Amino acid sequence: MPRLTLPKDELVSKGHSGCAGCGATLLARLCLKALGPKTIINSPACCWSVVQGVWPRAALKVPVIDHAFECTGAVSSGIRAALDAKGIDDVIVVGWAGDGGTVDIGLQALSGAVDRRTDFIYIMYDNEAYMNTGIQCSGCTPLYAWTNTTPGGKNQEWKQVAKKPIMEMLISNGIAYGATVSIAYPEDLVTKVKKAKTIRGTKFIHALSSCPPGWKIPSSKSVEVARLATQTGIFPLYEYENGAYVLNKDVKTKPVEEYLMSQGRFKHLTPAMIAEVQRRVDEDYAALKAKCKGAGASG
Amino acid sequence: MLDLMTGNAAAAKAAMLARVEVIAAYPITPQTSISEKLAEMVANGEMNAKYIKVESEHSAMAALIGASYIGARTFTATSSQGLALMHEMLFWASGARRPIVMPVVSRALGPPWNIWTDHMDVMGERDTGWMQLFCENNQETLDLILMAYRVAEDKDIMLPAMIIEDGFILSHTFEKVDVPAIEEIDFYLHPFNPDVKVNFRKPRRYGSLVMPDWAMEFRYNNALAMEKAKKKWVEAGIAFKKAFGRDYSSLVELYRCEDADVALIVAGSAAGTAKVSADRMRERGRKVGVAKLRAFRPFPTEEVMRLGEGVRTIGVFDRSYTFAQGGAIYGEVRNALYPMASDVRVKGYIGGLGGRDITEAEFEKMFEDLLAIAKSGSMSKDVEWVALKDGSYRW
Repeated sequence: MPRLTLPKDELVSKGHSGCAGCGATLLARLCLKALGPKTIINSPACCWSVVQGVWPRAALKVPVIDHAFECTGAVSSGIRAALDAKGIDDVIVVGWAGDGGTVDIGLQALSGAVDRRTDFIYIMYDNEAYMNTGIQCSGCTPLYAWTNTTPGGKNQEWKQVAKKPIMEMLISNGIAYGATVSIAYPEDLVTKVKKAKTIRGTKFIHALSSCPPGWKIPSSKSVEVARLATQTGIFPLYEYENGAYVLNKDVKTKPVEEYLMSQGRFKHLTPAMIAEVQRRVDEDYAALKAKCKGAGASG
Repeated sequence: MLDLMTGNAAAAKAAMLARVEVIAAYPITPQTSISEKLAEMVANGEMNAKYIKVESEHSAMAALIGASYIGARTFTATSSQGLALMHEMLFWASGARRPIVMPVVSRALGPPWNIWTDHMDVMGERDTGWMQLFCENNQETLDLILMAYRVAEDKDIMLPAMIIEDGFILSHTFEKVDVPAIEEIDFYLHPFNPDVKVNFRKPRRYGSLVMPDWAMEFRYNNALAMEKAKKKWVEAGIAFKKAFGRDYSSLVELYRCEDADVALIVAGSAAGTAKVSADRMRERGRKVGVAKLRAFRPFPTEEVMRLGEGVRTIGVFDRSYTFAQGGAIYGEVRNALYPMASDVRVKGYIGGLGGRDITEAEFEKMFEDLLAIAKSGSMSKDVEWVALKDGSYRW
């Protein structure tokens, strides 16, 4: 088996308070390997405000500015403006937020930051629901998923619509670079975060991060399930830069059923619902491949 | 140098003189001309600052909190609905001990839509841990903003400050303003160099999660800083007088109160009108005075008590209402005077809401009412709305 070629530096200490098998904790560890110590993280209310540990202890070996739920884009702009005012140009500014804090309550400030072309990396760790408050539906919760606010019940009130197309929204908003990453593909992840560091402007990283309690999976399976998301085409790994899309891992080989049935939050899905998910994934994947090809053709 | 300028121009000028490094601003009437003037000064290179065009007031405050953690001197301005939208981040700024200075051009909150001045907006934020100071005129707007940085950034204080100028009455009215040279200000106000700022040698969390075993001590430290701020404002006022000749060395400015039978406490631009009314009353032999409340937070409890020792009938004019007993200042004054409650009568007057003009004649009526209370030793009503029209209307 080939060895991973990841940077050795560890900027997440032992003793964090993430759940066993927390995808977002592994994600932070991998991202910080790529980001390095000259990074300022700012982060809203989210799982990570707890995962980092309780005052006076802190699990990260980089400075972290905490703030309110909807502020990540704005605080990032403020940090960058102050660094510019002070003539400091060797610091990476990172906004680190969950999916609800990004696509729902934080969308306005994020859109503002993109509009201002703030030079920073926004990393959305997408565990597909409000997990810190105990699994409520967000704009990133997938179609038909169970959460505590899409509980099914007599009226079958599961999530009724697909995830918000946040990457497309931000591309049309004006990001300089966009990439999807997964904890199951760490080298791809590190390569993309390192690349984001070299680009001026707003960079958006959409990171799928599995959540054992929220997805109702065993904590030992979080990487495996995340890998299935890519192998089924549900979460393809691609990049966007200067109008061009690149599909980094064309590994869609498995039916969505395998991914869905590995998780308790989808256990109620009927064959018809699974078929509908498959239909949509096939369509979206084909559309993405067409965009990648189009980009290739135009050079 | 003497200049003719609006309150908003004076506020923008103060930001320039303070060598503000990061501005985040969003337009709202009647504050807008502050953010426009700053944009112009930055664009022309008259000011060496970064200007963030935020997409809301909430984001303005959030951006400045981030910038302040890097060690930058920060500035924004707002009014009314914008201040209300900032509410959450006002708590964050004071809790995080970021000494942001912000003129608030006071304006009523809707509905009904109303763009004119009252103090409902600032009084709605009185418990957010911000220092709050009222201006009587445009000179005070310029001077208090400069003083505010000196106090807010003091290592013992590290609290944000609102400098309140009344919408339109000050913000859009031209007045004579003495503008100090920036070199003189440099001597009065030193560069911002906070102890708590992002430091890569000792990485830590700023605004961490604190459990119940220590959270209360954090809040108590904020309370102590606010208490200490009283002395710091007096000291900053004394130093200001020494440097520029204008006197702001007390949190309450007493006007003809020494031998007064009654005194009226007023904050903001209405204090000027009240002083003219007091002069008229004095001409008629009525011994009345005005106590201009400069600081609302920190609240000058001791000064109000000293006033109560000399003057036994006190009126409080509020441009706000609390939906309890009277206006916000009235509540604080009664609270401060409670230990001598049996000897001092305090009457509240509510007026000037939504930009309603408050005239010399109205103040004269208030003074006459207070004199009657002083004479009879009793009052029929604790709180009265002044210059209220009769007639039917629908909500």
